[in-house]
Amino acid sequence: MKLSVWTYEGPPHVGAMRVATGMTGLHYVLHAPQGDTYADLLFTMIERRNHRPPVSYTTFQARDLGSDTATLFKDAARDAYERFQPQAMIVGASCTAELIQDDPGGLAEALNLPIPVIPLELPSYQRKENFGCDETFFQIVRALASPIERTPEVTCNLIGPTALGFRHRDDVEELTRLLADIGISVNVVAPMGSAPADIARMGAAHFNVLMYPETGEAAARWCERELGQPFTKVVPIGVGATRDFLSEVAGITGLPCKADESRLRLPWYSASVDSTYLTGKRVFIFGDGTHVAAAARIARDEMGFEVAGLGCYNREMARPIRALAKDFGVEALITEDYLEVEDAIRELQPEMILGTQMERHIGKRLGIPCAVISAPVHVQDFPARYSPQMGFEGANVIFDTWVHPLVMGLEEHLLHMFRSDFEFHDDAGASHHGAAAVSRVEDGGPAPQTPRSLPAEMKDEANVIWLADAEAELRKVPFFVRGKARRNTEDFAARQGVSEISVDTLYEAKAHFAR
Amino acid sequence: MTVQPTPPPQGGCRNAPVLKERGQREVFCGLTGIIWLHRKMQDAFFLVVGSRTCAHLLQSAAGVMIFAEPRFGTAILEEGDLAGLKDANAELDREVARLLERRPDIRQLFLVGSCPSEVIKLDLSRAAERLSQTHAPRVRVLNYSGSGIETTFTEGEDACLCSMVPVLPATDARELLLVGALPDVVEDQMVGLLEAMGIGPIRLLPARKIDDETAVGPNTVFALTQPFLGETAAALRGRGATHIAAPFPFGEEGTTAWLAAVASEFGVDAETFAAVTDAPRARARKAIAQASEGLNGKTVFFFPDSQLEIPLARFLTRECGMTALEVASPYINHALHGPDLDLLPAGPQIAEGQDVEKQLDRARAARADLTVCGLGLANPLEAEGLTTKWAIELVFTPVHFYEQAGDLAGLFSRPLRRRGVLKLEAAE
Repeated sequence: MKLSVWTYEGPPHVGAMRVATGMTGLHYVLHAPQGDTYADLLFTMIERRNHRPPVSYTTFQARDLGSDTATLFKDAARDAYERFQPQAMIVGASCTAELIQDDPGGLAEALNLPIPVIPLELPSYQRKENFGCDETFFQIVRALASPIERTPEVTCNLIGPTALGFRHRDDVEELTRLLADIGISVNVVAPMGSAPADIARMGAAHFNVLMYPETGEAAARWCERELGQPFTKVVPIGVGATRDFLSEVAGITGLPCKADESRLRLPWYSASVDSTYLTGKRVFIFGDGTHVAAAARIARDEMGFEVAGLGCYNREMARPIRALAKDFGVEALITEDYLEVEDAIRELQPEMILGTQMERHIGKRLGIPCAVISAPVHVQDFPARYSPQMGFEGANVIFDTWVHPLVMGLEEHLLHMFRSDFEFHDDAGASHHGAAAVSRVEDGGPAPQTPRSLPAEMKDEANVIWLADAEAELRKVPFFVRGKARRNTEDFAARQGVSEISVDTLYEAKAHFAR
Repeated sequence: MTVQPTPPPQGGCRNAPVLKERGQREVFCGLTGIIWLHRKMQDAFFLVVGSRTCAHLLQSAAGVMIFAEPRFGTAILEEGDLAGLKDANAELDREVARLLERRPDIRQLFLVGSCPSEVIKLDLSRAAERLSQTHAPRVRVLNYSGSGIETTFTEGEDACLCSMVPVLPATDARELLLVGALPDVVEDQMVGLLEAMGIGPIRLLPARKIDDETAVGPNTVFALTQPFLGETAAALRGRGATHIAAPFPFGEEGTTAWLAAVASEFGVDAETFAAVTDAPRARARKAIAQASEGLNGKTVFFFPDSQLEIPLARFLTRECGMTALEVASPYINHALHGPDLDLLPAGPQIAEGQDVEKQLDRARAARADLTVCGLGLANPLEAEGLTTKWAIELVFTPVHFYEQAGDLAGLFSRPLRRRGVLKLEAAE
């Protein structure tokens, strides 16, 4: 038993729903108690889908448990077939139905429906949402795809995108364009956008582009083994990764794979002098393993940030993320407990967080700006505009998205110069964020944007006291670097064995850490 | 008193035939109630003993996550708990001890049963007794079921309040007990109106804090503020209290009828009643008239959701000029919903339970001007050209009593107004 308040991932049957909802012509019959239909709103509200997910729930109640839940399931499956006439069906159980052991697969088979019926075994008490996606898609591919004649020209399948995925809609479009640019057309995109008949055509492609290992790797491996299709290992998020991806595709296909980079703007934007202020900004990165790995490389190599810490919530990716962290000289945080993530962020005092919906809230609490790089995300991260993460346009989007939460270059200088100005003071926040003007708290008030509280144990360990004049001096440091200044000074004081921080200690620490 | 509403000339819906359906139900389970209950009871923590699905439901239903550390959480059952490898009770005791250590402000803990905890027959009432002994007197531990197999959406609040009834102190005093979790601002208005009539002492269930003076006994009379509290009402009657039946306090008419029923129980004279209610009644009528402009003459179709459907249909038909085509409720309880059914003009299909695909067929055929439905159905129906109002907002927004009557009408008229203001076609 584990106490949880917010979760990064839903249960595995929600992963199966993401696959089914992304597809057409497929129906999911889910043995589940009343109430599990809440999952529909993830798609209709958060993703704003204009159709109900193709899911029939048995919604059994206590009175049914005493009688015959198996009949309930069979009726639901038969009704769903008659009403929706799908090309194929997936059947399975949610966490509660798993306990009553009705065997949806066997029951559905006994109905002798004239379409393929694919049973799913998704252990709800061991695995989570991403596994549910990966396993469901794998089972569908295994049941429906078989070796067929290859297309005469070089084609590929794009695999991994699902409903409710972070920017999957736009990543598919961007990659399709990028591949078209180098003369490769897309055979099938799956699961999102495909029907069971399309899955049967997957074998015609020459290779697979694995867009999201979290949701498509099992299928990619199966296709490699059974259909003889190699798959790409580089996820093309960021400039360097996109170029690496192109050379990987060149290696697989023997084509030259020179893409048109005229739309790529990140390198120049990053090199232009206004971006100097981005140098060495300390960022903390957390999300699913794939997006974290991509973000870490972009942060360090393409934005000039310093990666202060990184980690992921999906244990399936623990090994590569640990290796990556080692390469970056930091400790990886592998956890699904957002309180641990919050503690790590509070301790590291980064200047920006690259994270998920959870980290956005943590950032709000701690007064640290955050840009979202990974699922889970909320309604505002399904934008109306085109905003991919992959390919060259994805790199442009990432540059804008990550810079937006920060105070901009010139403004940062002005804040330093006029830190006590009556209206241009730092409590007003970044000027382009449009919050109502806040009048400056006169001396004596608490410094509003400092981290609200240090964890008790940290204070005890450090055991340093801020003298009043030093505290006042710290308050003059602009808010976006104040956390760092506080932390550096306390570290410095602790290392020097100083127990009281004076103004001198503050500036000695500043000199010590000067770069 | 002369304020009783006039029944509709063509008769009401109390004896109308009810379409009873059993099929897929597109509704929340009772755990959802935790989202408002934990804000209402400021010293309570709700610990769901369940699965990852339960935790996921709570954060999804909360819509925008309440990230100030909420006073609810889920003890997620894992493989070991199910296979009997670990003693689930020992695990639960450990998690509760850890939680109470971290949150010394918690005075009442609710262990909330879920579908999986009920299917594996984890006895939470014994766990609650055991934990109460361990953590008394600082913390009182109660249990109830919010599972989907036992409860539908708002029935979770009913189960929660019902679990509190046996532990309420006994009293012989003649007191008015008002039952149902309302937003504080609405609750204050309600108490203010009744106190101005000289009614008291007034007690509340749920009380905002454990030490508040809510008690029950043979001289207690109680009124429900929500139409989904049947089990709680039965438990209170079991302790000797008397129920005041009334239409529910939605809109000017409903609020007046509800207050009048309570006032007459306490012998308030007509003059006092008028002195207290005339001004807010007039305000409410004016606000409704303004907010309901776009509703007049329009039709409405209710999917079952919260059991608020019948009282709300009564409000929309009698005070906003709408015509109800279908009014579906997860459950219909004549003792509670009867007074509202009496006032709802005959005509609409009254339905209990759900078979969602069949009901969608009816809704598409009816093409009401406004369809009231859950979050899972709203956008798909909008995409089919229907105008919808998502029902969960009716539970999360202050809508009871006079000062909110205009807001309540506004919740329904806004989707229609929005459809009217959007001009997305080319000009010519």
